[in-house]
Amino acid sequence: MVELQAKSPFEGLLPLSVGSVGVSEVAPGHLTSIAPFRGQAKALSAALKDAHGMAAPAPNRVTGREGARALWFGHDMLMLQGPAADGALRKHAALTDQSHGWAIVRLEGADAAEVLARLAPIDLRDSQFKRGHTARTELRHMMASITRLGPQSYQVMVFRGFAETLVHDLKVAMQSVAARAVGSG
Amino acid sequence: MRVEGHGLIDRTTPVGFSFDGHQYTGYAGDTLASALLANGIRLVGRSFKYHRPRGILTAGSEEPNALVTLGLEAGQEPNVRATTAELFEGMLARSQNAWPSLNFDVMAVNDLAAPFLGAGFYYKTFMWPKAFWEKLYEPVIRRAAGLGALSGAPNADKYEKAFAHCDLLVIGAGPAGLMAALTAARAGVDVILCDEDTRTGGRLNAETLEVAGQPGADWAAALTADLSAMPNVRIMTRTTVMGAYDQGTYGAIEKLAPDTVMRAGAPRECFWRIVAKRAVLAAGALERPVAFQDNDRPGVMMAGAVRAYLNRWRVSPGKNVVVFGNTDSAHRTAADLLAAGVHVSALIDARHHATCDLDVPFHAGAKVAQAHGRKGLEAVSVASVSGIDKIQADCLAMSGGWNPSVHLTCHMGARPVWSPDHEAFLPVAGAIPGLETAGACQGDFSTRACLEGGVVAANRALDDMGKKAQSPDLPMAEDSAYDITALWAVPGKGRAWLDFQNDVTVKDVKQSATENFRSVEHMKRYTTQGMATDQGKNSNVAALAVLADATGQGIPETGTTTFRPPYVPVSVASMGAGSQGAGFAPQRHMTSHKASIERAAPMIEVGLWYRPSYFPKPGETHWRQSCDREVTMVRTHVGIADVSTLGKIDIQGPDAGAFLDFVYTNTFSTLKEGRVRYGLMLREDGHVMDDGTTARIGRDHYLMTTTTAAAGQVMRHLDFVHQCLCPQMDVRFVSVTEHWAQFAIAGPKSRALLNGLLDQAIDDAGWPFMSCGGVQVGGIGGRLFRISFSGEQGYELAIPARYGDSLFRELLARAEAMEGGAYGMEALNILRIEKGFITHSEIDGRVTAFDIGMDRMVSGKKECIGKAAAARPGLRDPARPQLVGLKPVGAVQELLAGAHLFNADEEAISANDQGYITSVGYSPTVGHFLGLGFLKDGRARHGEKIRMVDHLRKSETLCEVIDPVVFDPEGGRLRG
Repeated sequence: MVELQAKSPFEGLLPLSVGSVGVSEVAPGHLTSIAPFRGQAKALSAALKDAHGMAAPAPNRVTGREGARALWFGHDMLMLQGPAADGALRKHAALTDQSHGWAIVRLEGADAAEVLARLAPIDLRDSQFKRGHTARTELRHMMASITRLGPQSYQVMVFRGFAETLVHDLKVAMQSVAARAVGSG
Repeated sequence: MRVEGHGLIDRTTPVGFSFDGHQYTGYAGDTLASALLANGIRLVGRSFKYHRPRGILTAGSEEPNALVTLGLEAGQEPNVRATTAELFEGMLARSQNAWPSLNFDVMAVNDLAAPFLGAGFYYKTFMWPKAFWEKLYEPVIRRAAGLGALSGAPNADKYEKAFAHCDLLVIGAGPAGLMAALTAARAGVDVILCDEDTRTGGRLNAETLEVAGQPGADWAAALTADLSAMPNVRIMTRTTVMGAYDQGTYGAIEKLAPDTVMRAGAPRECFWRIVAKRAVLAAGALERPVAFQDNDRPGVMMAGAVRAYLNRWRVSPGKNVVVFGNTDSAHRTAADLLAAGVHVSALIDARHHATCDLDVPFHAGAKVAQAHGRKGLEAVSVASVSGIDKIQADCLAMSGGWNPSVHLTCHMGARPVWSPDHEAFLPVAGAIPGLETAGACQGDFSTRACLEGGVVAANRALDDMGKKAQSPDLPMAEDSAYDITALWAVPGKGRAWLDFQNDVTVKDVKQSATENFRSVEHMKRYTTQGMATDQGKNSNVAALAVLADATGQGIPETGTTTFRPPYVPVSVASMGAGSQGAGFAPQRHMTSHKASIERAAPMIEVGLWYRPSYFPKPGETHWRQSCDREVTMVRTHVGIADVSTLGKIDIQGPDAGAFLDFVYTNTFSTLKEGRVRYGLMLREDGHVMDDGTTARIGRDHYLMTTTTAAAGQVMRHLDFVHQCLCPQMDVRFVSVTEHWAQFAIAGPKSRALLNGLLDQAIDDAGWPFMSCGGVQVGGIGGRLFRISFSGEQGYELAIPARYGDSLFRELLARAEAMEGGAYGMEALNILRIEKGFITHSEIDGRVTAFDIGMDRMVSGKKECIGKAAAARPGLRDPARPQLVGLKPVGAVQELLAGAHLFNADEEAISANDQGYITSVGYSPTVGHFLGLGFLKDGRARHGEKIRMVDHLRKSETLCEVIDPVVFDPEGGRLRG
C-alpha cells in the first residue's frame, strides 16, 4: 500500500523572526466550515455548545479557547478550529472539511500590530480589536482571516496556495517595522 | 552666515555634505537650505522656463525655487526641496535645470528672449505643422524647461504603506495643534498628531515669541514630551497630511529620518491612510511674496523664512538686510535681525499709518519697486512719495501678509471665503465632515488665539463624539492684532514674479485677461500659474488678486481655483509601495509546484495560480517537442496533470438541487448520487458565463467545478443569486478549492495505474464514465471522478492538500513506469482542441449557448438565469458567428489565434469579416494544425474553404471549416 506523506504549506519557510516579531505555523488540527441552515442559527449554537463547549460566535467574534475555537468567518459562516466537528451538527448546518485549505500562522511580538497595520486596513487598536475579536479582511492583496489571540499575538489565515506570499509580505513588513524600532524607545 | 546662539541645531555635531561637487559643513538639525545659507550660498537653482538664477525663498514645504537632486544612480531623487531635506553626513546634492553649470547656464538665453516667451507663446508659435508638436517641439521645449530627472534605473529603495486609526487626528503641531491634541488626549480619546516638520512646535520654532514665560520652542518641546508619555497619543512627525477623503480618511506621506532610512530593511517613505472619527486642521498659514520688478533674485526671501533661519538655525541669509512688508511681521523680522547683530539697512512698511520703535531707517508708506543684481541681490529700489531710493542689501526679507492653509478644507469641493479684514481666504465651517479648523489656518494669527483655538476645536470634536469638554490651562502668549494693508504687486517696469516655480509674471496674468481668459481657471491654464509642483502655494492668491485688478472684478468675485490633493508632492513610489518584484501580485501555488519546478517545467500564470506549461525531457530544445510528446503520451499511455486550480464549490442544503437547476441551464436535481454532469451557466443577459462539471456527492450535497480563472466570479454570482434572487432557498456553499489537491490521470492506461494505487481496485462497471465517489489512497480518504478533458479514459483523483505533493510524485513515478508521465497546460490545450472542448478562449463573455452549439442544453422544462434573455431573436440569429473547427489547407500550415476569417473571394476588410479564431494548436494526433473559431452561420458551412487573415502578424492561409470535434467523435475512448 502506498504511503502518502503530509506536507506543510510552510515547509522551509517558517518559523521566521525579525526584530521583536515572530511568525510560526499554527498546528493544523481540524478546520470545518459550518454554515447554519435557514432558521437553524440558534439550534446550531446550542448543539455547538453541547458538542464542543462553545456557543456560535457573533459577527467579528471568536468563541472557545486554544485548541477548540469557533471563528466567525463571514455571512452565515463560522469556522471550527481544533476538534473534528461533531456529526450532530449536521442536523443544523452544512459542514465542510477545510482542514487542508488554509495556511495558518501565529504572529507574535511587541510590534505585531504594527506589522499588521502595514498589510491590513482594519482598526487594530487595543480598544477596537480585543482578544476574541476576528475579522475577514484584506492582507495586502489576499483575503484573510485575522484573529486576536492575546495582547501581542494574532492568528492570520490565508488560502493554502498563498502561503509563500503570506510569508513574503509579513517579512517585508516585519523588516520595515524592525528597522524603524532600532534605537527608539 | 551663522550667528551666535543655540537655536535648534547641535553645534557639537558637524555634518559634511556636498553641493554641486563642492564640500561643505553644516550641523545636526540643519536642513540642506539652512546649511547652504550658512555657507553663504545664495544661488541654488535655475528657474523652470527662463533659467533665471534662483535662491532659497522659504523655509518650508512650499519652497518653489530651491529644488535639488539628491543621491546618485538608482537612488537618485529629483526635485527635493532643500528647505525640507534633513541634512545628513555624506549628503550629495546637485542643482537642477542648469547646463553646463549652475553659474553658467546656456539656456539662460531664454531670459533674454523673454519678450517673446510670455504666457501662451508656445501654443501660438508651435501650432504648425501639427505632427511637429509631438515629435519635435514638445521634446525640445521639455528638455529646455524642466525639473530634475529620474535616473532611469529601477528604484532600489524601499517604500511602505500603512494604516492608522484614531478618534481625533490633529493636522499640524504648532501652538493650535498642540493644544488641540492636549485637550483631546486629556479626554481619553485616541489622538494622532501629525506634522510635516522634523519636530513639533510649528512657527514657535522659528520665532523668539514666548509661551508661558519660556521660549516658544521650549514650551512646545515640553508639551510634546508630556503628550508622548500618554498612551493614547501618537505623534507622527515628518508626516504631511496631504489629502482629505471620504469617511474620515486622510492620506499622509511620511519621510523617514535619514538615519532610519539607512538601516537595512527600512523604507524611505511611508504612505499612510489614517482613518479618524474627527479631525482638527491646524495647518497654519503661508506667507506670500510681493510682486515687484526682479523680485526673484537670489537673496530676496520671505520675512518669516528669514526669521526661521535666524532663530532656529542661527543663520542670517545676509549681512546687510532690508525688510519690507505690510504687517507687523516685518517689524518682528527687523527686531530679530538686530538682536542677532545683523545689520538692517532699512525697514520698509507699505502701511502709511505704521510706526516703528526700532533703531533702523524706517520708511512708512513705501514699497520696494525693484531688486538689483543677477546671481545675487545687490540693492533694492524703494519707491515712496519722495521718489526712488536705492539701498544696498544682500538680502531682502519681504512679506505680503499671510494666506491661511485652507487646502485640506477644500478637498471635497468647498471653496474658501474672502475676508477683507485678513486680506485672505478663510475656510468655511463644515467643508469636510468631522473636520474643525484651529489657529492660523482659520485666520487666527496671534499665538494666544492659536492656543485658544486649539482647545475650542478639540472640544467641539469631543462634544461631537459624546466626550466631556476639557479646559487645560491656557499659557500666556503674545496676542497682537493683525493689521494689514493689501499689497499684491508694486507697479513698475519689467517683470514682476508671481509664480516663481512656473515663471509666471504679473504681465502674463494681465495678458491673460487681455486675451479674454478672465476666469481664474482660464487664467491658470493660460499662464500655467499654480500648475507647478508647489501647486501655487506661494502665488495663487496674489495671482488672482492681480487678475481681479485687471478685470475690474473684486477678489471674492474672482474666487480661487480648485484645491486638490496632494498638499505636497507625493512620490509615485510611495503610492505603489510594496508592489515591486514579488509584491506586485500574490502567487498561488499548487501542491505540485515544487515537484514541477524540480522537473524544470516553465510556469505560466493562470489568474494568480502558477501552472506548468510543459515538462521538458533531456534533448528537447523546443516547447513543441515536449508538447507533442506529452499529447501522444496521453493518447497512447497515461498522463498526469495537476488540475487543483479549478474552482471547487461545496454546495449543501435541502434546496441545493433546485438552486443548481436555477443557475445552470440544464437539470441537476435529477442527477443520481455518485454521478457527475457537465453544466452550462449563463449570465442574466443570456451569454455564457462558465461551464464545468458538478458531482452529486449525497442527497443534498453537490460539488461544483468552475474554470480556474472564473472561480471567484462564479462564487460571487452564486452569492448574488442566493442572497438577492432566491433567498428563500435553503442552500449553503463554500469554496473547497484549496482543501483538495486534484490530479487528472488520463490515457488508455489510467485505470491500470489507479488500480496499483488505490486501496481498492476499480472496474468499468463500478466506475462508468461520469461517475464519482470516495476512495482510499494509502488509508487517506480521497475522491475519484471519472471525467475527461482529454477525450481519453480519464479520472480525476482528489486528495486533501497536505498529501498533494506526495500523491503527485507517486502518480508520476507510476506513470513513468508505464511509459507515461506529467503533462502541462500546452498538451492539455491540444488534447481538448482535438476534442472540440471549449474554454474561456471560446466562452469569452460574448457568446451564447446557441453560438457554441449547446442550445439544447438550455432545458425547456424549467426556468434558469439567462434563459429569457437568451431567447431574444437577436441572440438566435443564424448569421451570428457559431463555433466551428478549422484546419489549414493552404500553403501556410499554421493557424493563428486572434486571426479573422473572410470568404475566399472577398477583400480582408472589417466590412467582410466572417468570424475569428479563438484557439489553435498543432495536433500530433492528426498531424496538422487545428483551430477552433467562430464563423457566421458556421454549423451550416462545414466543408467550405475560408480565408484566415492575421493583419497584425501579417499571415494568411486558407482553411477548411470542419466539425469542432476531430478526435474520436463517438466518444468511445473516454467511455471505454
